[in-house]
Amino acid sequence: MNEAYLVPNPIAPNQSVCIDHDKCVGCNCCANACRTQTIMPNPEKGQPPIVIYPDECWFCGCCVGACKREAIRIVYPINQRVFFKRKTTGEVFRLGGPDSPPQTYFKPPVG
Amino acid sequence: MNWHEYAIKHGKLPEWPYEISYGKENVVESDVLVVGGGVAGCRAAIAALQQGASVAVAERGFTKRSGLGGAGVDHWHGAVTNPCSKITPEMYSDTAMKISDGYTNGLARYIIGKEGWDTLLELEEMGVQIRDEDDEFKDTMFRDEETKLLFAYDLDNKHCLRVYGNNIKPCLDAEMRRLGAGVYDRTCITALLTEGGRQGARVIGAMGVNDRTGEFFVFKAKAVVVATGGGKRLGSFAPELTESQSMFHINLTNMGHTIAWNAGAELVMMDQLYVGGLDMGYAPYSMGNADNTYQGAPTVDANGVRVQHASATGTLLTDERQIFQSANPDTFVIGHGIGLGPTNTQEYSVSTLDHALNDKISSGELRLPLYNDFTLLDEKHRRLIWGLMLSHEGKTRVPIYETLSKWGFDPDKDMLQYAVTNAELLSHRSSWTGLEHSPKNWVVTAGGGGIITDWRLQGSLPGMFAAGGFPLFGSGCHGEAQTTGRYAGRQAARFASEHDSAEPDRAQIEREKRELFAPVENEGGDIGWKELNYAIARVVQDYCGRYKTEEILDLGIKRLKDLRDTEGRRTYANNPHELGRLVECFRLIDLGICYMEAAKARKASSKILGFSRVDYPEMDPPEWNCLLPISQSDGQVHVRKLPCDYYRQAPYSDCLAENYEKYTVPAKKEAT
Ligand SMILES: Cc1cc2nc3c(=O)[nH]c(=O)nc-3n(C[C@H](O)[C@H](O)[C@H](O)COP(=O)(O)OP(=O)(O)OC[C@H]3O[C@@H](n4cnc5c(N)ncnc54)[C@H](O)[C@@H]3O)c2cc1C
Ligand code: SF4
Ligand code: SF4
Repeated sequence: MNEAYLVPNPIAPNQSVCIDHDKCVGCNCCANACRTQTIMPNPEKGQPPIVIYPDECWFCGCCVGACKREAIRIVYPINQRVFFKRKTTGEVFRLGGPDSPPQTYFKPPVG
Repeated sequence: MNWHEYAIKHGKLPEWPYEISYGKENVVESDVLVVGGGVAGCRAAIAALQQGASVAVAERGFTKRSGLGGAGVDHWHGAVTNPCSKITPEMYSDTAMKISDGYTNGLARYIIGKEGWDTLLELEEMGVQIRDEDDEFKDTMFRDEETKLLFAYDLDNKHCLRVYGNNIKPCLDAEMRRLGAGVYDRTCITALLTEGGRQGARVIGAMGVNDRTGEFFVFKAKAVVVATGGGKRLGSFAPELTESQSMFHINLTNMGHTIAWNAGAELVMMDQLYVGGLDMGYAPYSMGNADNTYQGAPTVDANGVRVQHASATGTLLTDERQIFQSANPDTFVIGHGIGLGPTNTQEYSVSTLDHALNDKISSGELRLPLYNDFTLLDEKHRRLIWGLMLSHEGKTRVPIYETLSKWGFDPDKDMLQYAVTNAELLSHRSSWTGLEHSPKNWVVTAGGGGIITDWRLQGSLPGMFAAGGFPLFGSGCHGEAQTTGRYAGRQAARFASEHDSAEPDRAQIEREKRELFAPVENEGGDIGWKELNYAIARVVQDYCGRYKTEEILDLGIKRLKDLRDTEGRRTYANNPHELGRLVECFRLIDLGICYMEAAKARKASSKILGFSRVDYPEMDPPEWNCLLPISQSDGQVHVRKLPCDYYRQAPYSDCLAENYEKYTVPAKKEAT
């Protein structure tokens, strides 16, 4: 594929939140909950919203909290991820890295 | 899907999803208008409604979640009259003043001391949990068995509480609407209306623009509460790099300060400006830390050697309880997180890590990187930090608690790495507010500057009340913001009941409209809002940074005016979003001028204000130990000197309690 377009430079972060198009029903609850206008409704009704201003995203997670379908998640900027170390094995993992161990902490928030 | 992906997939640009009507005029009338629906604004609205006033709330974002407090909170300062507290309102106010050399708001701190706990109890009635009801933390040192309250930072004096604050904003929003507030979300207020359109006259409403439709709003009101929070876009601006870690978000532009300044109100402490590399760090709590929410979390070095905690004055601590005590038995923890600037003593600060950390790392005794080792805590304490504090703190429920868990991080097993930077920064919270390699001359306008008020929290203009962490001068955190909001809301309702409404001046409205909508009518515009914002920030960094002189400040003011009158006229807005950002930039120019005028007015340097004048290097000479209220009218700037304790001098009493009793409006539960 040699197709290319004249487009402005990629924005950073590229996508501060990511919407799963299989789960999303285009209700726009996330867009309404967003304090900035990072997420905007799709001009086509019922389609997943568009992450239009990711450079304005505060990474507050309120959009995620507003979605009843678990269709949206936060994507931390890649310059923002430190390591963690598993105490018993000494293994070091990067937050959100490709070798992340499986989730083992499932305790719900207190209260 | 982001914009690029949409454009490529569909072969066209996404159309604006809302109907646009630039400049279409909407008029809203109420007894009380609240500008800014953050926690302070919502409390002001609720309190005014309870007094029987009709209320409109104009909010830049979405009241259910907007503002600094919208994404949660984990502790509540200033609840000094809770049944376990050993601190009195007098101690809270007087100590804040003492350790700040008078440069903070002693008046507001007394009101907060008197009402902070009542404000929290009312919040509990609205559905916010403030106690360990399920006895999960029974028999821990943080809990009072009788009241089931949980305390933070100072277990001897018990004036700061842990709260389950994730749902505070939805609860406030629901209560405000239940009581009948008219809520106008997505409305960026850009100016106050004054009687006859004159600077310095009574405030009778406000104007603004909707960032979905571009419609214009005129709010007419008998009294106005300004509660727009703080901001940062004036001097430190690089959203692509900083939003994830910033404590302020892009909607926050200190607009309350600016609209008050433009209306002719007096502001003080606008000469408190922090210079430093704030915001260039890591997202709060996404890395190791020993402060705030992670207070008490053990720290180890790369070899697992424990880094000791130290009292604020440097004594190494051996017992876990000492981490939650003040530096000596004569002091209590205050200042932490309540918006006091640098203080004149460490004795009232929270504990930190070993003060010799830097030396120990340099000598090889401790090895980088450091980690938070949560596994060293017992299960209850780990749950208290991770499960309660972290899951309720702002910007952490989803971004940290849920996201880190999904990434496999498990506080029962894993250690979270600290940022790699200067150890002095590591012992404090700075790994999220700025690392060593940050820009060195960024100016952050989150000092204590703001609107000066009387004992009713009314500013120098009749009918204008101030509340919140900002723009009320020298006031601080979440609990404090709610408390001053609640108090100011009652006062505004009282004022509205005693005054008639006034018709806004048509010429003032037309002037505002012309300016606001010029960028969408400007066909030759070739400068976007971001470019203008970067330029404004650069002028403020250079001309209102560390090296201030009379000439430099005059040049700065000239450059800002030039920006407004030349490049500012060449700006364009493609849609209501860009228009909203652009009008914020115009107001940032006005605000920058206000800061520089305030800097010109103080002809001395000052430690607590973080204020340096190259041409007046003497630090805090006695004749300059005062507030400098600054205002403008008819193109002239006016400055006067005012004692820092003006609120206990004539016409007021020296007795704080007497003043409070004289001026407070009693709280009511329901509208009558
Ligand atoms: C991540 C995080 C965690 C925190 N944790 C704590 C804590 O645990 N304890 C604590 O005490 N404090 C905490 N704070 C601080 C606390 O949240 C703030 O002090 C508090 O929210 C201030 O309240 P406010 O109402 O004055 O301002 P905000 O909550 O910021 O509200 C201001 C409102 O004004 C609106 N506004 C701004 N400009 C305009 C305009 N032009 N027109 C209309 N509306 C406008 C904004 O959209 C916003 O909704 C935390 C802050 C952050 C960011
Ligand atoms: S809230 Fe969830 S389902 Fe609704 S539009 Fe957003 S992502 Fe899709
Ligand atoms: S994280 Fe916050 S700012 Fe970012 S898109 Fe979601 S709601 Fe908007």
